[in-house]
Amino acid sequence: MKKILKANISRRKLMKGIASVGSIVAMPGFVSYSQAASSSPIKIGFQVHRTGIGAAYGRWYDRTTQAAVKIINDSGGINGRPLEIIAEDDGTDPKRGAEALEKFANQHDCDVAFGTLFSHVVIGSAPRAGELKLPYFVVSEGHHVASGMLNRYTLQPGITDVKSQVQAMAPFVKDNLGKKVTMVYPDFAFGHDHRDYFSAAFESQGGQIIAKVPIPPTESSFSKYFPKIPRDTEVLYHVMVGPAVLTFVKELGEFYGSKGPKLFGFIDSVEAVDLSTPGLEFLDGSYFWEGNPRYAQANQTDHDKFYRNAVGVDSNGASVSDPKDVSTYAHMFGCWETLHIIKKGMEKSGYSGIKDRAKLIEAVESMTSMPLSQAHPQGAKIFNGKTHQTFGHQYITKMTNGKLVLAHTTSIEDTFYPDEVDYTKQSF
Amino acid sequence: MDLGPYLLFASLEGLVHAAVLSLIALGLSLVFGVMRIVNVAHGEFFMLGAILTWWVSNFVMGNPALGFLLALLIVPLVVGIIAMFSDLLILRHLKYDPEVTIIATIGILYIIQQFALMTFGPDARPVEQPFNIRLDLYWFGFSAYKFFVIFSAIILLFCVWLVMAKTKFGLILRATQLDSEIAQAFGIPISTVYSLVFGVGAAIAAVGAVLIVPIQQAHYLMGGEPLLLAFIVVIIGGLGSLKGTVVAAMLIGISDGIISVFFSPNLAKILATLLVVVVLLIRPNGLFRTIRI
Repeated sequence: MKKILKANISRRKLMKGIASVGSIVAMPGFVSYSQAASSSPIKIGFQVHRTGIGAAYGRWYDRTTQAAVKIINDSGGINGRPLEIIAEDDGTDPKRGAEALEKFANQHDCDVAFGTLFSHVVIGSAPRAGELKLPYFVVSEGHHVASGMLNRYTLQPGITDVKSQVQAMAPFVKDNLGKKVTMVYPDFAFGHDHRDYFSAAFESQGGQIIAKVPIPPTESSFSKYFPKIPRDTEVLYHVMVGPAVLTFVKELGEFYGSKGPKLFGFIDSVEAVDLSTPGLEFLDGSYFWEGNPRYAQANQTDHDKFYRNAVGVDSNGASVSDPKDVSTYAHMFGCWETLHIIKKGMEKSGYSGIKDRAKLIEAVESMTSMPLSQAHPQGAKIFNGKTHQTFGHQYITKMTNGKLVLAHTTSIEDTFYPDEVDYTKQSF
Repeated sequence: MDLGPYLLFASLEGLVHAAVLSLIALGLSLVFGVMRIVNVAHGEFFMLGAILTWWVSNFVMGNPALGFLLALLIVPLVVGIIAMFSDLLILRHLKYDPEVTIIATIGILYIIQQFALMTFGPDARPVEQPFNIRLDLYWFGFSAYKFFVIFSAIILLFCVWLVMAKTKFGLILRATQLDSEIAQAFGIPISTVYSLVFGVGAAIAAVGAVLIVPIQQAHYLMGGEPLLLAFIVVIIGGLGSLKGTVVAAMLIGISDGIISVFFSPNLAKILATLLVVVVLLIRPNGLFRTIRI
């Protein structure tokens, strides 16, 4: 095939191709205009997983973002300027993620970039954000922000990270479910955070991880992995992502029926999945971590009610217009909260344009307590400006008659761990 | 799990895999054998089959078995017609030049994939199994539907063999495969045969998709991996050899099942690829060579 390409594409043709691309870029629509008057909108580059393995999350991150922008704009915008979302599909792909950031900075003159979920896209994009000096607010859960792997321009103020989540889960699993755990997780950065930090936390509690089963995130059939789960497993800890999560849980049910080990899952394994799907009955009685409970709970706050209504989610966690279109409720609150934090940071720093980007980051770094409010419907949080990571309550729900019912709420302190980096010491 | 049940489970998983793979590879092999072109878009016809199945099963209310049966009838037909049109509109005009058609089918691949993305969307969508029965085999559970997949694939393969060996259409195909010019001299309408074969090849892959989609969900990117495996199967079995294709699909499918279960799925892919290299070195025309290239 290489040979054919060589033979058919001459240098002249190639030059023609390059020239035509050049002329498209030079067309009027592509001219990047300079920052206009102060009433012009604040542009938020929204890196969204519209396609690829993160598409279900992308759809709901988009809806949550649009809802939050509407609320913010209806109440007067930021410093009197409206918010404008410039969305760019990254295909849940690290390379395209970095390209999207480039477009935000160079073509659209975005003030900040925001919204990325999948950890490999964050890790692939963040270095470019640092080079472009573009504040990059991620909503990813990965520990890579707080681990010191990234840079001063990358922050995660609206969602907690895996290390803090799993650390808070470990005592519950040991006290309520069992001491011998087998872990099933996706074989990339996000899954590795689970593997490393849960096993460390669980073993320090006196528990034992007897097997670790990594699964490629693009896998489409899972049964072949299940025989690797040892028979003396007391608790199966499962976390899976990607378009095939429903197949994953269905095949798990097929394999074990009602005879398997106790199940503790991260909601990711059934995120955006309708729990009334035939074949999922075996999940009844199993426990899930949820960043934010999908089903409206008995102790639902007014803030959750307001947020749920604004995004268009019913009390079962599905779209109000289509009960089969289940949301990614456990994660998407991060977009809502992050946008409110950007607003607060811009107001605090008197942000007026791109030249104030460093001031915005300093303003966010100086934040600490974020009380439960309309801006933080998931719950109160404590932000650590040094590690650029927020800490908050975690929820454990139990599947009861087809619904996830709150069983335990951790304290914020349960999720703390010693700082691993101080980004404030890095120069801009 | 003890060794016995472990092996049983691995073999069953492998058989399901092999059943679907042999259908996909059979379509690819048929197209190559008769038309002597490499259809890179073959995986996308498979994907198209899966997506259309989702549409049909959503359209039919009530018992999921009804939607499934309807899909089994309609979907291969529709996919076959689409493939025939792509032959009429594109490949025929390229005079089936082997190198140019590779590029053309890469183009078809992207057109189908992006069309699916634009209409069906980026999500994986489940199709309900026509019957939801879990067989408890003491050590592990296994879906009864998976046995149905194996069974259906065997019947279908038998039908294809019957058509190829016992009917006049099969005779025409074999004649064209052996020497298209002489076949033409005997009055066989080669271009019609080519269109039909391209359609039938895609339709067989679509049947594989209808069978697998209740297990795996429909997704616009699902065509890539089966294409790769089908190529591996066809190279090992010998391009154009139907018997070789089925034997190689069994070999790859079952060894993939067993190696995946006992070691790792990645190792299974590595070994399959390695096997291709070995076959190419020792028997460059495949295990069951039938045509001279």
